[in-house]
Amino acid sequence: MSGRPADDGEASRPRGGDTQWPLWEVFVQPASGEPHVHAGSVHAPDAELALLNARDVYARRGPVAGLWVVESARITASSPADAPSFFDPADDKIYRHPRFYRVPRGVRSL
Amino acid sequence: MSEVDPALSRAEREALAELALRLGDDRLILGHRLSEWCGHAPVLEEELALANVALDCLGHASTLLALAGELEGRGRSADELAFLRDAREFRNCLLVEQPNGDFAVTMVRQLLFDQADLLFYEGLQASRHAGLAGFAARAVREIRYHVRHARAWWLRLGDGTDESRRRMEAALEELWRFTGELFATDELERGLAAAGLAPDRAALASRWEEALRAVAAGARLRLPGAGPLHAGGGRRGIHGESLGLLLAEMQVLARTHPGASW
Repeated sequence: MSGRPADDGEASRPRGGDTQWPLWEVFVQPASGEPHVHAGSVHAPDAELALLNARDVYARRGPVAGLWVVESARITASSPADAPSFFDPADDKIYRHPRFYRVPRGVRSL
Repeated sequence: MSEVDPALSRAEREALAELALRLGDDRLILGHRLSEWCGHAPVLEEELALANVALDCLGHASTLLALAGELEGRGRSADELAFLRDAREFRNCLLVEQPNGDFAVTMVRQLLFDQADLLFYEGLQASRHAGLAGFAARAVREIRYHVRHARAWWLRLGDGTDESRRRMEAALEELWRFTGELFATDELERGLAAAGLAPDRAALASRWEEALRAVAAGARLRLPGAGPLHAGGGRRGIHGESLGLLLAEMQVLARTHPGASW
């Protein structure tokens, strides 16, 4: 793929001695209005092929309304070591949870 | 599609049976060729993609051969047509039976064929035969994806490395001569076109070439000039040696255990 124009950016180049194409995370939306849910990952040399591969690997059986692919390297993740300070404080303060109102009828995917 | 359409004359029914056989054999043979990539594709994701396309093709073949058997009225099922005919009775065009070669050959074959079939099936949606029209509408959606997939590879391999480009050019050189047959019509198909039962292939050639030229330009590939095209005997059952080998493998199980089901 070295002859392709630069618009594919970093995605065109293999990384860190890995002979595989870059990794892409796949998010599948089961129906319109539902959230996109992480389904897995695929290798692909660029975004269009990542989308096609995601379609072939994760969307060929179930009903699917939408697909996202994101190059894995572009995701910033929290570290497991940070978990106590990142996540614990939410638990003991009940007022942080928006539970004090009724969900309108007919709303299913909140 | 289960009962014979009373609006068809006997001659029309026979001609439609033959057309369904041609279309079904195209899809069956192409699908089998693609399935030969199982376990050999360059990467796992592409393996699944090729298998998906192959399964789409087999699905089309299954519907079309069932319809052919029904219109023919001799009680032959889709399975019997697929597994118990010899090479001389197959009606597929020569392009689809060409061996897979390398990945470039497979992708060139796919786009050359599917771009033509896409135009044909788009026209077939307007067929007077409701079963065929309905089937065409379903098939068009799937074939559009096949075209998108193959086109993506033309762009990347044609405009890729020196090696990938060399292979794409060799594949085009090898397969181009079989494309004439994609638009060759005979009395039977001209009759079906005149009766509003199927589109006229000959009228699709210029749009096909236009679509391919656009892809080739994006891929920085040059399509071979209008050189001598293979006359093509596929529709009359005159095939290359490779079809016999393909059928031997495809049919061996069904012929070894006649009537078995699993």
